[in-house]
Amino acid sequence: MRLPRPRPKLDQENSAFWTGGAEGKLRIVRCGDCGNYTHPPRILCRHCQSENVSAEPVAGTGVIDTFTVNHQPWAKDLPVPYVIARVALDGVPGVYLTTNIVNCPVEAVGFGDPVRVVFEEQDGVFYPLFEKAD
Amino acid sequence: MAREAYITGVGQSEVGVRLPRHPLLLTLDAAKEAIAEAGLTFEQIDGVFSFPGKSHGYLAFSPVGTDEVIEALGIKSKWQMGGLEQPAQLSAIGMAAWAVKEGICRHVLCYRTVYEAGGMADPATYMPARPDTVSGASQWTSPFWATSAACWTAQYAARHVHKYGLTREQLGQIAINGSKNAMLNPNARAITKEELTLDKYMSARMISTPLCLYDCDRFSDASTVVIVSAGDALDEIRCEPIRIAAMSGSVDRYSWDQVEWPAAYDAGPDLWARTDYTAADVDTAQFYDGFAFLPITWLEALGFCGKGEGGRFIEGGTRIARDGELPLNTAGGQLGAGRLHGFGFAHEAVTQLRGKAGARQIPGDPRVAVATSGGGPLAAALLLAKD
Ligand SMILES: [Zn+2]
Repeated sequence: MRLPRPRPKLDQENSAFWTGGAEGKLRIVRCGDCGNYTHPPRILCRHCQSENVSAEPVAGTGVIDTFTVNHQPWAKDLPVPYVIARVALDGVPGVYLTTNIVNCPVEAVGFGDPVRVVFEEQDGVFYPLFEKAD
Repeated sequence: MAREAYITGVGQSEVGVRLPRHPLLLTLDAAKEAIAEAGLTFEQIDGVFSFPGKSHGYLAFSPVGTDEVIEALGIKSKWQMGGLEQPAQLSAIGMAAWAVKEGICRHVLCYRTVYEAGGMADPATYMPARPDTVSGASQWTSPFWATSAACWTAQYAARHVHKYGLTREQLGQIAINGSKNAMLNPNARAITKEELTLDKYMSARMISTPLCLYDCDRFSDASTVVIVSAGDALDEIRCEPIRIAAMSGSVDRYSWDQVEWPAAYDAGPDLWARTDYTAADVDTAQFYDGFAFLPITWLEALGFCGKGEGGRFIEGGTRIARDGELPLNTAGGQLGAGRLHGFGFAHEAVTQLRGKAGARQIPGDPRVAVATSGGGPLAAALLLAKD
């Protein structure tokens, strides 16, 4: 049995990110004026302060920028070890996601590894996790 | 002188793990010691500053608000300030320095009271209900079980390992040095009972690679108080004043994962831009070590070595020892003397500059010290000088 993940409280800013997995899409806020991305999502562009922003699908691939193998069970019944990684998203300059690398042994994870998104659904929230792409 | 700010009194309560004494009384203990040392009375205190003030969501993290201190200690305050929205813990002392430089206050009581060990013993009073929903910054980490700052800091440390070759043997010197110094610190007796050896460090269980158990500080219960006084109020004190020669802070984005390196790398150069002192003038460094990797970032950020060279700087532990070229965390740091959450570094810097550190006093006549706080997206640094 899997321990339920902490659930983000959905609001105007973050809903598109946390529910995009329903259509298999990783959605990141992009500015309609300057084209830059803003993450964490906001209702304005952090680069040019335009309010003309919307959450747009991105490729959902990236590379592992850094990672840690976590051994400490931070909650009761949390299975360890697991990999927490920071993924630099392809085509989304300056945006990183903290996530888990799944579907491989922790020893198989390395810096610069190409990865792709897989979604794990829990009560309508689609958690973007990543697996190795090669 | 009028536009200068000085640290006058410093005080610290008993430091323990699951202390029965109420956190407000721990604050009183530390405040009494600091006020007595400064040669002041509570009637002369006219400002109360803290980081972060009362934390209602997680009471054990910060159980005592500035309003409670003002009320309970009979202080007539002209200005109070507490809150998480500051660049790291020591910013409360920096803000107090501003207040006295502006002439708003003459003597400001700054404090940090923690009750995280005691709070665990009394979860009904101090612990939040188990958070199964998250919002704000934690929504970007907790859903992936990156629940602790240990996991966030580990990601930066792992980059250093990967990019610059930081080794566990090098990293271990921070905790080993802390334990050696803590053995000579009477306030650290509840935290460190014996010196940490490299063997013991290397065989410790991992928390979040590359950080092992000894790379993470330990919850404790304590209060630390620092009195900041105006330059034109020094005739009222009876102690050796220590000048706040420079201060700096940095907040880029409050996102642990959207910045390349911790904010220390911005706060470091800013500190030197505001003073004629240089890194070569520093006689002792008190660097925030909630996790052992953080002092390495401060060493590099403040220019004691080049970026990426922190591991080699601490290798073997001789440079950072009490008789080394840069005595580091001479009270034990948080790894050796408990998670006092930042204020312990200012306390120890002042104690060393006054030559009052007893068995752990560094040799010579130290005149300049640097104290830092923060990790990840928050950083604050203070340069202290005995003129
Ligand atoms: Zn824009």
